[in-house]
Amino acid sequence: MQPLELSAVDLVAALRQGDVTAVQCATAFLDRIEATNPAINAFLHVDREAALSRAADIDARRRAGKPVGPLAGLPVALKDVLCTADMPTTCASKMLAGYRPPYDADVVARLRRADAVFVGKTNMDEFAMGGSNENSAFGPVHNPWDHSRAPGGSSGGSAACVAADMAPVAIGSDTGGSIRQPAGLCGITGLKPTYGRVSRRGLIAFASSLDQIGPMARSAADCALVMETIAGHDPGDSTSLTTEVPRYTDLLDKPLTGVRIGRVPEHFAAGLDPEVAKGVEEAFAVLKAAGATVHDVRLPHAKYGIPTYYLIAPCEASSNLARYDGAHYGHRETAPAGGHRETAPAGGHRETALAARAAGAAAGFESPLVEMYCRSRAEGFGPEVKRRIMLGTYALSAGYYDAYYAKALRVRRLIRQDYLDAFQTVDLIGGPVSATPAFKLGEKTDDPLAMYLVDLYTVGTNLAGVGGISFPCGFTKSGLPIGFQLQAPPLAEPLLLQAADRFQRLTDWHRRRPKAAGEGRA
Amino acid sequence: MSDATPFVTVIGLEVHVQLLTRTKLFCGCSTKFGAAPNTQVCPTCLGLPGSLPVMNRRAFELAVRAALALDCTIAPFTKWDRKNYFYPDLPKGYQISQFDLPFSSDGHLEVVDPKGAFAPRNVGIIRVHLEEDAGKSMHDEAAGTGDSRIDLNRAGTPLCEIVTQPDLRSPQEARAWLNELKLLLVYLGVSDCNMQEGSLRVDANVNLHIPQPDGRIAKTPIVEIKNMNSFRSVERALTYEAARQWEEWRETKAEMGKTPKQTRGWDDPAGVTRAQRHKEESSDYRYFPEPDLVPVTVSEQDVAAARAAMGTPPTELRRDLETTWKISAYDADVLVNQGRELVDYFEEVATKVGEGKVASNWLQQDVLRILKETGGSITDFRVRPAVLADLIGRVTRGDFDTSRGREILAQMVADGRPLDEVVAGMGIAAVSDDDVISLCRELLADNPKIVADVKGGKEQAAAGLIGQAKKKNPNVNPGKVRAICLDLIRAMP
Repeated sequence: MQPLELSAVDLVAALRQGDVTAVQCATAFLDRIEATNPAINAFLHVDREAALSRAADIDARRRAGKPVGPLAGLPVALKDVLCTADMPTTCASKMLAGYRPPYDADVVARLRRADAVFVGKTNMDEFAMGGSNENSAFGPVHNPWDHSRAPGGSSGGSAACVAADMAPVAIGSDTGGSIRQPAGLCGITGLKPTYGRVSRRGLIAFASSLDQIGPMARSAADCALVMETIAGHDPGDSTSLTTEVPRYTDLLDKPLTGVRIGRVPEHFAAGLDPEVAKGVEEAFAVLKAAGATVHDVRLPHAKYGIPTYYLIAPCEASSNLARYDGAHYGHRETAPAGGHRETAPAGGHRETALAARAAGAAAGFESPLVEMYCRSRAEGFGPEVKRRIMLGTYALSAGYYDAYYAKALRVRRLIRQDYLDAFQTVDLIGGPVSATPAFKLGEKTDDPLAMYLVDLYTVGTNLAGVGGISFPCGFTKSGLPIGFQLQAPPLAEPLLLQAADRFQRLTDWHRRRPKAAGEGRA
Repeated sequence: MSDATPFVTVIGLEVHVQLLTRTKLFCGCSTKFGAAPNTQVCPTCLGLPGSLPVMNRRAFELAVRAALALDCTIAPFTKWDRKNYFYPDLPKGYQISQFDLPFSSDGHLEVVDPKGAFAPRNVGIIRVHLEEDAGKSMHDEAAGTGDSRIDLNRAGTPLCEIVTQPDLRSPQEARAWLNELKLLLVYLGVSDCNMQEGSLRVDANVNLHIPQPDGRIAKTPIVEIKNMNSFRSVERALTYEAARQWEEWRETKAEMGKTPKQTRGWDDPAGVTRAQRHKEESSDYRYFPEPDLVPVTVSEQDVAAARAAMGTPPTELRRDLETTWKISAYDADVLVNQGRELVDYFEEVATKVGEGKVASNWLQQDVLRILKETGGSITDFRVRPAVLADLIGRVTRGDFDTSRGREILAQMVADGRPLDEVVAGMGIAAVSDDDVISLCRELLADNPKIVADVKGGKEQAAAGLIGQAKKKNPNVNPGKVRAICLDLIRAMP
């Protein structure tokens, strides 16, 4: 029994039947992390002892015939944007280095109740802002298929750890494509559910009206299994939906006969890598062979998706990140490195404080408080986070609000209407996840606009508040995964999972493992 | 404009009222005042990463009730907005408030002075909205360099902000209107309006309208006054500020619009307003819709339920008391201004006595005086309405006179014994008519001069007999003594 090779569905079954114990299972993945993570940097925090003790507890309960949860013993990796009461939660930011939340996110609590075993917290773009994972304050993640390439982002650590067999399942978050794009670039399956399907309580906010948590795994069936645990109403999240959660795993094995899939011609315009285009067209052919029909649909306002997204998300972020000011928790800096304090005369607190105030005033700060704010935020946040805070602050300012934020809200409504109109004639919309396969680390870091365009095909889903899934549909000649995306009407997760699962029963792209991370495994 | 001043003082108020909810506006933490710092907090009101707000329905209901009583229009659809600014007592870096779609607008509240010190003033309400309170900063003011401390117990407490039109025309009116507003909100059970505990806070906007020889009205720059800790301070601050603006106008002739709105703080001990430093960020709060909360829709049923919970507001209650109990507007005002509990007490006494005026007199002259002396409240006043009614009845029947009645009341308040026991203990027994007649004959025999005066038409001279009668027997009813004496004198040859 080799746990690393089993799907989450099979692993849970094997654990239930006693073919493998939770401790054996956790040990296998933790060993794998130890061996592989130094090259990949997918994890920011791994607590081997805690994971093993948790696994041992589950094994003991199972042996004693006591009840265990539906995911009992399943190792799960958590994106470091999710609050965990027993592990640090940093958002890959210096601002929150060492921060320990006093509570569990709702998804974390649900997974705990289901007896999942947390193997660690995964690396990400700082505060989930980025599409390459190069914005982490703790170093980039390397794509397991080619260590010189980016895994995508912002859930790059979650995608890479699943691709490299360091966890069968990881939880990610998706604000503009942050689950689907790295899943596509790492050759795994990632679901971004309908806005409100999974509670955001305890998800550290980037852009509240766009953020959504979802599962990342090797297959659609594994995602369906995890969704049954993490989805559902949370009275602690006012935007959480009350609709009952279906048994996603029971709705999988159905033919696609009569399912109408939309194809957006604009998705195949200039800029789309020819190998990606070919892989995506072949995926449409597979879906057709499975009984679906393919129809051209229009999303007339899709071309405004990127500018709309890059106004709304930074505006909300500028407010959401205002709390990181050094006053109550997180990074605090009151003086420049080797600054005020050294020049302060020897003496009591009052003399030191007066000297610091004078030095701060000389440096142009109106008060020691403002100086603390400015220095803490300047040093605590990385450049991309600061860029977005400035963009959002500017766009919300008096005199600019109507031209930027208010207009972006109106376009957002048009984009959502496009989707709802399109879903009058088709059941799903298919297409590429991103225009290119995994790009080289450093390739786009000097060009923020080029980096923003990696979200081209994914932001619409978030702006419309609907669901989307990304899964591998082929490989380039150089061996990089190609991702396919399906989008669905609100709460049509069962159909998304059913279509992706059907595709995966007819293909084996999702079974391929990267050699680079495989330590000699074929 | 009064004859005394060559200008009109124009005043608008912004009142923040803490709602009487058990828990905060967006989390389950207690709103109880006086707990140790930072003990009534959770991830949401601390603004910790990942925390989310959930609206307290009770707070919304109370706010709607207040707005209805202010005759506001209730919006069928309202939303929340973020007001962004940095301050250490604002842990999220934004306050959840309402910007362009407040839940209610366009109401009014009239204030009438029963003594006629000013004409009745109907004050327009621009809007009433809900928002969360910030925490409390405690600065080391003395040193200016010491540490500041933050208590976040108050952060997230529900506040109703009430903004008036600039309809008030004098500091006295402003104070009277605030009293009326406070009375209304306390009657509604919406707030305890305790200024010492910060559950009611007032900022005032004031300027002067000065008629010019050419008929134009010159308007001085609007000043916002903060830091007023009592209604008395509001009146004093506005009086000071009006005089200050008048002096400034005479010196500078500066008019509104030429300078930005100034904020001045009231220094109560010094009795002056002082200019506060301009806050650069105050000009731009970057309001935008709060994405963590859903908009609130208010149905007609919701409004009807809030209206049903309203009870009778003070204005209506004053009218009710006047018509039901035939008491004066002034008396109704005094009773109603004491609060709902006293009105209930009054109505019970009046019902049992069968008359309003005498009940009102006893309450105002005796009960309120005793409460003031003892610092007690009507709810724990020892003499319950039925007993007071019994006492008043005995006085009316002539068992003993009013001043004896007062002594009995004082005795009951002092030791809490029942009425009959006090009466017996004080040696008060009803005096028979025969006893009174023989006492009167004695008095007339002893006072030929008074008898002659009365016979000569000076009936008021009989008052001298009553004093003597009370000396002989403290329990006689003076009215009865007087009536019998007069009858006896008239019957004399």
